[in-house]
Amino acid sequence: MSGSIIHLGPWQLGTAAALVLALAALTWYLRLALSGKLLVAAVRTVIQLLLLGLVLEYLFASARPWLIALVAMVMLSVAGREVMARQSRPFKGWWGYGLGAISMFVSSFLIMLFALNVIIAPTPWYTPQYAIPLLGMMLGNTMSGVALTLDHLTQDAWRSRAVIEARLMLGEDWRSAMRDMIRDSVRTGLIPIINAMAAAGIISIPGMMTGQVLAGNSPMIAASYQMLIMFMITAGTGFAAVLASWLGARGLFDERQRLRLERLRPPVK
Amino acid sequence: MPELTLQQLRVAHVGPVDLHIKASEIVCLSGASGSGKSLLLRAIADIIPHSGQVLLDAQPAQTMTAPHWRKQVGLLPAENQWWQDHVGEHYQNQDNDLLTSLGFDESTWQWQIANCSTGEKQRLALLRLLANQPTCLLLDEPTASLDPDNTRRVEQVLREYIAARQTPVLWVSHSREQIQRMATRQFVMRDGKLEAA
Repeated sequence: MSGSIIHLGPWQLGTAAALVLALAALTWYLRLALSGKLLVAAVRTVIQLLLLGLVLEYLFASARPWLIALVAMVMLSVAGREVMARQSRPFKGWWGYGLGAISMFVSSFLIMLFALNVIIAPTPWYTPQYAIPLLGMMLGNTMSGVALTLDHLTQDAWRSRAVIEARLMLGEDWRSAMRDMIRDSVRTGLIPIINAMAAAGIISIPGMMTGQVLAGNSPMIAASYQMLIMFMITAGTGFAAVLASWLGARGLFDERQRLRLERLRPPVK
Repeated sequence: MPELTLQQLRVAHVGPVDLHIKASEIVCLSGASGSGKSLLLRAIADIIPHSGQVLLDAQPAQTMTAPHWRKQVGLLPAENQWWQDHVGEHYQNQDNDLLTSLGFDESTWQWQIANCSTGEKQRLALLRLLANQPTCLLLDEPTASLDPDNTRRVEQVLREYIAARQTPVLWVSHSREQIQRMATRQFVMRDGKLEAA
């Protein structure tokens, strides 16, 4: 890392925070009922990022494999909860959590292991400076993709109960009766990342590249890392969305291939 | 000889129902809405969880895969569903003879579902079911939205199908005239129980 970066102190951050406070004041004045949420989210950002900074400082200094694994598991379990919270009709019971978590785990972790061992190959491969940021970016995007996919799938199945049952009555199996819905849900989950790839570099300068350039790296190195991470994120999101959609659709049917929508939780109003 | 047997069939407030329908026999079922007629048909088709046994040709439902069972027992629900844009896309084998006998012609395959009337959709749904060549028939008010001419036409198509294949039939109908024309036996469903009419 280059030493030329300008350090941000309380004065700089405080000024930036004042902008959020001003926005909160405006939303309060407009009665958008958002100012509370806005402030809580801002405070969460401060606390969570400070904690992350502390944890990473410690992690980078020690580089103990079990500690890195622990941090990775904590990230995954929080992401699993977030996926569940973003669906209006998640599955009841542990499967509501497990479905998203398993899809993200299989996809993100496998792709990250592959990238760390085969593509980037730092020594040791679990070097936290690489592993943790990569996993963070993978999980953040995969989480959105899986949540969108599952939300679309369960809502669609809920609305299309009569059609699904009509197709079952005609002797179709669950895969065939759900084919269109599985396809649409995966598409919904993948569109944001496809858009992000299409816009990268022209409309938006992605966060990772911005960070590397600010830290003094050459823009070409920053660009190549950004490409790598984009491809990993796309693959991770895509495989996770396909897996989540398939597992989710299968979970809607019992052993006699009956549609069991009562396995979904009613939306919280 | 195909035969349909229900043994101690229970679902929600319906049952226990014991019923044996012989080959070529048409058992008509009437009763107030909410009495459980549709539930009974759905349980026979194994679309909803139930207890008790259903046998076709002395073969219990559980001995075959659910899709295979449903293809054999042929349930025509009261409300038909369409999920593609055109009529023809809903049929795996397009049987032109059957299509003609139901009062359509070959151009019907290209029709838009959105432009079909309720009565047309009801006849097309029956066609879609019969194209599967089910061994037995479970019909939930198959002529509810048809005019008298088309009702006769559908009854005739069904008579021929049943005669050719000796199909056991469970037929839900609210029309006394239709029951008189078609039924070999008839029952009324009251509070989930079958009563002889």
